[in-house]
Amino acid sequence: MTVRVQNEDFDLGAEILKLRQGNSGIGAIASFVGLVRDLNENARVAEMTLEHYPGMTEKALAEILEQAKQRWSIIDALVIHRVGSLKPADQIVLVAVSSAHRGAAFAACEFIMDYLKTRAPFWKKEQTEAGARWVDAHESDETAVQRWV
Amino acid sequence: MITLLYFARLRESFGISSEQAHPPAHVVDVRSLTEWLRQRGGAWQEELAQSRPVRVAVNQDMAGPDRAVCDGDEIAFFPPVTGG
Repeated sequence: MTVRVQNEDFDLGAEILKLRQGNSGIGAIASFVGLVRDLNENARVAEMTLEHYPGMTEKALAEILEQAKQRWSIIDALVIHRVGSLKPADQIVLVAVSSAHRGAAFAACEFIMDYLKTRAPFWKKEQTEAGARWVDAHESDETAVQRWV
Repeated sequence: MITLLYFARLRESFGISSEQAHPPAHVVDVRSLTEWLRQRGGAWQEELAQSRPVRVAVNQDMAGPDRAVCDGDEIAFFPPVTGG
């Protein structure tokens, strides 16, 4: 189980390769990549800054992975979340989960993303034509996490 | 003495990201700490108003209003999270 919070971009192929190397018991890997969109709430986004709470963010992500492991029969899981300055089309987040069968990998991957969005201390600030604004939390994200409770 | 941390919009509104504070003896939990900070007025009163969705973490764990606040604790105030 790996958690990384970093400024640098990540290489999906290289990360998946690392996750599956040396374990031929893995039959499935599900992954999710989140990207910066150029349009949010009808405003053009020129740049996005991601802030986090060093220490707590890593701890919260590790706890989410641990919960996923308790809940499904997964072999390994990885979360990489970027912070700092990002541009539209940049990668923000990667979640990848390995398991023997696809069901556990799919479910755990979605569970991890839903919890990350509502429990891990990250905050987005967008630069738009109208100026800078903090992104508001969405009720739909809280609704998404409730289905796992 | 406790350490207070502020993130995102709260950090910008307060103009500081952290401070060491010596709250009075009646500050025993998150609720009374928030009330004490609110009494600073201005941005503090506004951002920490009961109608605002402020989240609090004590020693890097999410905490409700009844969570005890003790000497040496690290207490963070921030808006609902928006990562991912």
